[in-house]
Amino acid sequence: MKEKLTSLWQNLFGDPVRAFGVVSLIFLVSLAIAPAKNYFSEWRHYQHDYLGMIRNRSEANTLQRHFHGGIQQIWLPELGVVDRCTSCHVGLKEAGLADVSTQPFRMHPVIPHKIEQFGCTVCHRGQGAATTVAEAHNSTLAWEQPILPAKYIESSCGECHRGPLPGTPVLNQGRSLLSRYGCVHCHTVKLPDGSTMKADDDPPSLSHIADKTTREWIYAWLKDPQAYAATATMPNFKLSDDDARDMSAFLMANSTAVAGDTIALSAKPSSDPAAGASLYGESFCASCHAVQNAAGNIVGGDIGPELTRVGNKVKPEWLQAWVRNPRAYDAGTAMPHYRFNDPQIATLSGFLLAKADSDLLANVHLDAATPEQIAHGKRLVSDYGCASCHEIAGIKKPENFAPELSRIGSKPVTQLIFLPGMPHTLPDYIAGKIRQPRAFSPGLKMPQYTFTPPQIDSLTTALLALNDRSITLPPSLAVPATPESDYQPAGKAGKLMNDLACLSCHRINGHGGDMAPDLTWEGSSVQRQWLVEFLKNPGTLRPALIRRMPRFNLTDAETNELTDYIMTVYQSPTVDRDSMPLTGYSQGQIELGRQLFYGKYSCQGCHIVDTKTDKGYIGPTLTHVGSRLTSAWIYQWMKNPQALRPGTIEPNRAMSDEDAAALTAFLISQKGGAKPEVAKK
Amino acid sequence: MTRYSLNHVGTAALGCPAERSSAVALAVAVLAILLAACCSRTASVTVIVPKPTAYGSAIVESSGGKQIAQTGSLLPQPVVVQVNDEQGNAVTGALVEFTAAPGVTFDPASGLTDSSGQVTTNVSLGGMAGRYQILASTFDKSHKKVELKIEEIALGYQQTLGRHLNDQYCERCHNPESTVERVSNYDNLEVKPHPFTEGDALNKMSDADLAAIITHGGPALNKSALMPAWGNTLSKPDIEALISYIRAVSDPPSRGAGPVFAKN
Repeated sequence: MKEKLTSLWQNLFGDPVRAFGVVSLIFLVSLAIAPAKNYFSEWRHYQHDYLGMIRNRSEANTLQRHFHGGIQQIWLPELGVVDRCTSCHVGLKEAGLADVSTQPFRMHPVIPHKIEQFGCTVCHRGQGAATTVAEAHNSTLAWEQPILPAKYIESSCGECHRGPLPGTPVLNQGRSLLSRYGCVHCHTVKLPDGSTMKADDDPPSLSHIADKTTREWIYAWLKDPQAYAATATMPNFKLSDDDARDMSAFLMANSTAVAGDTIALSAKPSSDPAAGASLYGESFCASCHAVQNAAGNIVGGDIGPELTRVGNKVKPEWLQAWVRNPRAYDAGTAMPHYRFNDPQIATLSGFLLAKADSDLLANVHLDAATPEQIAHGKRLVSDYGCASCHEIAGIKKPENFAPELSRIGSKPVTQLIFLPGMPHTLPDYIAGKIRQPRAFSPGLKMPQYTFTPPQIDSLTTALLALNDRSITLPPSLAVPATPESDYQPAGKAGKLMNDLACLSCHRINGHGGDMAPDLTWEGSSVQRQWLVEFLKNPGTLRPALIRRMPRFNLTDAETNELTDYIMTVYQSPTVDRDSMPLTGYSQGQIELGRQLFYGKYSCQGCHIVDTKTDKGYIGPTLTHVGSRLTSAWIYQWMKNPQALRPGTIEPNRAMSDEDAAALTAFLISQKGGAKPEVAKK
Repeated sequence: MTRYSLNHVGTAALGCPAERSSAVALAVAVLAILLAACCSRTASVTVIVPKPTAYGSAIVESSGGKQIAQTGSLLPQPVVVQVNDEQGNAVTGALVEFTAAPGVTFDPASGLTDSSGQVTTNVSLGGMAGRYQILASTFDKSHKKVELKIEEIALGYQQTLGRHLNDQYCERCHNPESTVERVSNYDNLEVKPHPFTEGDALNKMSDADLAAIITHGGPALNKSALMPAWGNTLSKPDIEALISYIRAVSDPPSRGAGPVFAKN
């Protein structure tokens, strides 16, 4: 062996000339590595293929002219972007390549931003400076962030755009789920603008829960909230039977009666299902509350809790007190005070109590609680952070109960613990954690939610947007969200509006729900007499609408107070309702308006003026519009509907003053039951 | 950083033309070895395919075709296919496998037909906008492959924005289907609007024509005034987004619908 090595040495380095030759050869080989690597680099290969591909296309000359060989780079120091992606992705800006399905030669889909201004990695992540496919796209030892999968791409929009965008439904949904499911009760999320993300799930106070329900129901609910209501946002804490028993014992023992509210059965719940269903229907309970129908579909709104099995939950006396005046129990509830009379309360409570599932509580048998169980229950209630969401007398809302998520989108992968078989990327970790939180470690407290796979994707998208860059962004790039208004109507009428929970459905001055029309300028829009009649007996203005305002059984004094307030306070500065008369328009002008309505503007496509001929189902029915709206409002609406109600679907027709005036004259002459001012043709 | 400094050394070495060819030739050998080493490192994914207990002769779509979803996202409804025998009766226990272009995922990717002869799978589309062809296949008694092609549509950013605008402004008249929440106005119109999936009519119109009708209303192209002008309500990019959406969903596909991603 030794001889062989010696002879090899002799052969290679035996004499100076030979040694020089060998050393030179080795030196040259090592020098050749770099140029060879360069010559055989992937980007060169792709550029070559690209040139081959475009040669056969009709627009070859244009594409050839646009092509620049060699490594391409987009350098944007203020964004920290050094992106060489365009070295391989050569055709990104070529609209002619829209039909190419092979990467890296596709045209980039149309987006509102230019690649020269933002580069690639700002949205797609990955290693911009890399010049090989694997290093640019994947996570490497030197670079953690791989390319962001397409399903999460909207998270990048969310780094700068803090409010909802029409083109990013996934991000918008994820953000609203974070609020809707109360994630931010436990996980603090500080937004880049300095504010803290707020929950909008309104979890009920548990301080008076014994008024409302039984210990058996609490036990069943704690064990499996979705068994009671499929749409429940409360997660499943996977409690053992004993833990659920002790927590229910504590919550009952801890509960106090609502001060000043004598909860007693005011009337025997009536058992007239037909009358109950009809009162439930005409009170439009279904606008806010859902019920699972026989086919298993959940039908109804999601503002209030699902009522499919409400009879299993509530005590009859509590239900009656609640229906009588919900504010006596919960001052901040979204439910209006309906002013039902005793027979109505008996009918409605009987109808609701019948909504029960005899199996739900059949197997729940709890013995009287012992002091030890109650003490243990209290400890569990603290340990699980129940008070993060619910108000519970004697237990303080814990601070920083769960990890803060303000920068979760930049969390280093090295700090994460993955499940076996799981891809080692941040999005996979976040999605996995939302899907099955307890799988990561048996001792974890985070409960099990019932999110669907698309919901998990959208939540992950929203969380990925909470990252370092969204915080360190140049301020000029941030697009702030419209600040949430906390407008509340003032005075005595304001108190009445709060009692009726107007803002649960209507929006006023940027605050409130979106189920019913925005009332910010209602005072300029409608005639006083119409408003009085409407409040007394609301009807629907739209033929195809399944929801309308419920009847609140207001007294005349209340109606007048509300009307006065709306007519005085909610006036638009651009519409002076007294500037145009309600009557006295010339026949000629009315006739011209009619021709414009049916001809040039073809308003009958969406509206009904003559119930015999018009069929439009989209806009409000206009048969009585002359008794409903003010002429000044109609005129301004004709000129520019979106200026009066942003986002309304009636298109702005850029009408001349003459056309708008003629249409106003025609519409204001539509006074319904009264004799038409112009004989119909 | 090492890579880049080596680059410079390499460039310097190239200054000597005599050595270039030998250097390149040697480097080829070195790289070939490196490349071979890299390629052998491909990951192997084991998929457990159930064993069929029956064989059909045809595979048909039950539901889930022609759905619309955003790129990379899950289709709103699962894809359901059915395996039938020669008489057209459902076959239980036949193996169905789903395949598509890279990027499309199935959950599950294969399965045996249930008692009604059906297999259900949840489909996530790939990351690029366009049409995705899904292949559902089964084997007949003579072990010949029987295939069914199903097409799904993935929307990019612009089409998603277009879909949002469609939902807000257009769909009430242009979609004849009514839902509980949205009653269609289609039947109420004297002149029927074109549903956006009506490729036979809409594919004949150029983008400029569509833009003109949306911007200036039906009369711009001598069509019904029931189609109002949206040019003062929607911006130019909005209208372009709408057109891209209309092109994406048209059936048969329009020229501007984007590429078809099929299994290689």
